[in-house]
Amino acid sequence: MSLTADDVRRLALLARLELTDEEVDAIGPQVTKILGFVEQLALLDTEDVEPMTTALDLDNRWRADELVPSLTNEQALQNAPAKDDSCFLVPPVLGTAASKSSH
Amino acid sequence: MLDSAAELLRLQENGDLTAVEITEKSLSAIESSEKSINAFTHVAAEKAIETARRVDAKRAAGEPLGPLAGIPVAVKDVLCTSDMPTTCSSRMLKDFLPPYDATVVEKLRVADAVIIGKTNMDEFAMGASTETSAFGVTRNPWDTDRTPGGSSGGAAACVAAGNVPLSLGSDTGGSIRQPAAFCGITGLKPTYGRVSRYGLVAFASSLDQVGPMAWSVPDVALLLQAIAGFEPRDSTSLNQYVPNYSEILQTTDLRGLKIGILSESSETEALDPAIRKAVQDAGEVFRSCGAELVEVNLPHSEYWVPTYYVIAPCEASSNLSRYDGAHYGHRTESIDTGSEHGPLVSAYCRSRDEGFGAEVKRRIMVGTYALSEGYADKYYNQALKVRRLIKGDFDNAFTQCDLLLGPVTPSPAFRIGEKVDDPIQMYLCDLFTVGANLAGLPAISLPGGSDSKGLPIGIQLQAPVLEESRLLFAAGAFQTATDHHKQRPQPLTETK
Amino acid sequence: MSKHEITTIIGLEVHVQLKTKTKLFCSCSAAFGAPPNTQVCPVCLGLPGALPVMNEEAIELAIRAGLAINCSIPPMTKWDRKQYFYPDLPKGYQISQFDLPICADGYLEITDPEDPDSIRHIGIIRAHLEEDAGKSMHDEQTGKSDTRIDLNRCGTPLLEIVSQPDLRSAAEVKEYLTQLKLILTHLDVSDCEMQEGSLRVDANVNLHIRFDGKKIATPIVEVKNMNSFRAVERALEYEIERQYADWEVDGLTIEDNPKTTRGWDDVKERTFVQREKEESADYRYFPDPDLLPIRIPAERVEELRQSLGELPRETFARLQSQHGLKPYDADVIVNQGPAMIAYYERVSELSGDAKRASSWIQQDVMRTLKDRDVSIDDFLVTSVQLGELLKRVSDGQLDNTRARDVFSYLLEKESTVEQAIAALGIEQVDSSEIDALCQALLDANPAVVDDVRGGKVQAVGSLIGQAKKKNPNANPQQVRETLLRLIGK
Repeated sequence: MSLTADDVRRLALLARLELTDEEVDAIGPQVTKILGFVEQLALLDTEDVEPMTTALDLDNRWRADELVPSLTNEQALQNAPAKDDSCFLVPPVLGTAASKSSH
Repeated sequence: MLDSAAELLRLQENGDLTAVEITEKSLSAIESSEKSINAFTHVAAEKAIETARRVDAKRAAGEPLGPLAGIPVAVKDVLCTSDMPTTCSSRMLKDFLPPYDATVVEKLRVADAVIIGKTNMDEFAMGASTETSAFGVTRNPWDTDRTPGGSSGGAAACVAAGNVPLSLGSDTGGSIRQPAAFCGITGLKPTYGRVSRYGLVAFASSLDQVGPMAWSVPDVALLLQAIAGFEPRDSTSLNQYVPNYSEILQTTDLRGLKIGILSESSETEALDPAIRKAVQDAGEVFRSCGAELVEVNLPHSEYWVPTYYVIAPCEASSNLSRYDGAHYGHRTESIDTGSEHGPLVSAYCRSRDEGFGAEVKRRIMVGTYALSEGYADKYYNQALKVRRLIKGDFDNAFTQCDLLLGPVTPSPAFRIGEKVDDPIQMYLCDLFTVGANLAGLPAISLPGGSDSKGLPIGIQLQAPVLEESRLLFAAGAFQTATDHHKQRPQPLTETK
Repeated sequence: MSKHEITTIIGLEVHVQLKTKTKLFCSCSAAFGAPPNTQVCPVCLGLPGALPVMNEEAIELAIRAGLAINCSIPPMTKWDRKQYFYPDLPKGYQISQFDLPICADGYLEITDPEDPDSIRHIGIIRAHLEEDAGKSMHDEQTGKSDTRIDLNRCGTPLLEIVSQPDLRSAAEVKEYLTQLKLILTHLDVSDCEMQEGSLRVDANVNLHIRFDGKKIATPIVEVKNMNSFRAVERALEYEIERQYADWEVDGLTIEDNPKTTRGWDDVKERTFVQREKEESADYRYFPDPDLLPIRIPAERVEELRQSLGELPRETFARLQSQHGLKPYDADVIVNQGPAMIAYYERVSELSGDAKRASSWIQQDVMRTLKDRDVSIDDFLVTSVQLGELLKRVSDGQLDNTRARDVFSYLLEKESTVEQAIAALGIEQVDSSEIDALCQALLDANPAVVDDVRGGKVQAVGSLIGQAKKKNPNANPQQVRETLLRLIGK
């Protein structure tokens, strides 16, 4: 298994990384190598093994439906790269491919 | 060089030293070593002095004091602090100031500890050498051409350099234990869920755990006591009684204790002979303390690293999705408004490309791939199943023994730059440590001697879930019987 | 519309916001309408290090809803991350449920719009919990200014209810949504207000056309942006017509174009193509390692089932069988919700006249509620008062007109029915008094007497009016009977 430059670019877009051509050339073989390394897992027969999603087999952890004070608007926006008087500002969403309604 | 936390507490109680004096000593030690080792991303000198003054005032007024009163503690820069930047050593979070404290940081404050600053690390805790930090490498106080290990490299180096007696690290695949071994100190990864993860910036959520680092076992126990306990804000926190960890550190009598030696780890070619010897010697020490040594097997140990390097990148790729420059963190200044994907997607891609370093990007790419349609079964789901087999091995082994003894790392501290371009070599540094993370077990790294170059060597003990006390009991006995943990590096000069 | 035999195939994805005080994974308020970014915390802002803890109430509400739509509640359910980048989703993933939803395999009974006497079962594939996203406010004019993001809504609990493609017309869809809303509001699980976004509908629709002896399926279209039940109905009616017309022109089938998304334009009354994403969606679902699985014991599910009480559909049937109401009348009352049903049942019981109670509630009570914009809980005429009042009408002590006077009086002044009757000076009129009154009217209006004798019985109507004027307490029915008796008819 080997990732082509196109595979790498597609993967990078999915991960929202804009890789330079040099990065694509460097990272492709590295990722290929890492995937090759971990591929040995497929050698194990795990037919009847239950997947382990958390480190400990616990369940049912919840909280009561009770209000706790929120952050202030100022605190909420304190690290925003761009903001107006009350909202986060992001580059225009309209005109982009990934429209909100498609999720 | 600062005394141990236990000693500093005693000196304050006796009136021989004030918290302000201790803090000033700590700050001046940092100042003289920082140019050589670069252990900190942020030193909060004024705030620390302020805290120390409050502690002294409380003491003078006869008010009750917390268990870490006046003790300087360094906090790995992966833990949120509301009064200091929290960067994860990433350009992405360069100026990020959290509006809240991590629970462990809150607990330090309640314990009247003096938070001295934030320590350098591999970017987002991904690495084993602290070389992937966006703010420069941290150097090993024993040999500044070598790495202190990672990802909690700054946390280990600042203790080894005598800057602080106590330091908080985090361990996802060995990130406390490996740097502790490289820097000749003691570091403990608690049971998954023993210490709150709330406010610990997530790398791999099912593996991450915060833990204490210090020269010796009593100080490690002291810091663990302050941070352990149930946390309602962390769904994976264990709602279990926290024992008194210091209580059991009085004896060297280990009669009745069965210590398992891993037959396969001693056979690994990758293992440095000096480390193999140190582990054997440690076994003899335990035997001389009355423990019984038994040989045990963990049949799936060869799959630890590949399992880890699927699960950790998968979770990381998801956990790091939040860094997109929309609500906080780095946003690119050059948005391509004419991009074929539109300005928003362009801003995302460019901000993330600029904000993350090479290792983080690699892991995001691997994790994204291993979770993607058509590949998740082969990689991610298979790794989850193997993880259960690995946990089963440990469960099995602990029916035959009470603790497992083995190495921490395949080699002592390596040179800066030696492995940085070879991800797989770097990943193999985690050969002996990732098992405890995959199985959620507590494990401790102890100084176990040094190699011919004088570099520290670590030995590791692993225990069943929630058996931190047993771990500390045996480790304490080991340190009573040996002097490895009393070795110190040459004082650092500012020349480097 | 067509010369071919057509079957319309519609499946719905309905999102309802659960009525919890706090969000699904943090303790911020889930209330609607606060100033932007004031109901947020590190968890729902997706700040580094923050962790989710699920809201117990959301689990209970989801199970109650699931049981009411006849779903099974599997013994184990879990949380998964659905990953995509969008600025109203600060974590870069939505916590949802992928392969083990909290509710599975149910159905909803609806009245067949084509035949009110028959019932249709609409299958429900699953209902799962997930967190809502925040709100993006775009520059609608030029599309060039920055988008504003408000994360107050981010993390509020949603239940997504996915139906089988069992719906066959826009009218059925409307009926399905009405029933669903009725059940969920009845259980107080959700407000189901489309305007406020607490109920959102996406519809998947296509046509199966019988053509040349073969069955042809048109491309499936997902219709979005429908903001009212009416809009849903119109959008689907439009879309059904459009798909057929397009197929007649281009002949495209599901094989040519598997699925597209169209939005509904409420002003232009048409659907329009929404721009497709260039990359195919790959959500990379995986179990959220920050959350633990949920295991609901069967006994707990049973407890919750018992706590549901009578569901609207059951009440609807009972009002017909037990109270003898017509389906239409039963439907109107049930649609008003549990408080109105309770009100009706009390009035019906006390008055001893189910139909009169139904008619008064549908007319006088509901009109007043609407005029005054109050709910039945705050209504000034209690069910006991109305029951007592209607009992007097049934017993012939009051006529409808005088009863309405009493009703109006009770709306204005706090008093008993007894007091209201006294205050209005209403008294039983002695029958000899009525006889005298009627005789006097007949004497004064011989023409009416002739008309009635000549067969025009309705001519007495004018005299009834005059009798009421002379004595407002005279019962019109009694006056009429007396007049006819005296005329000898």
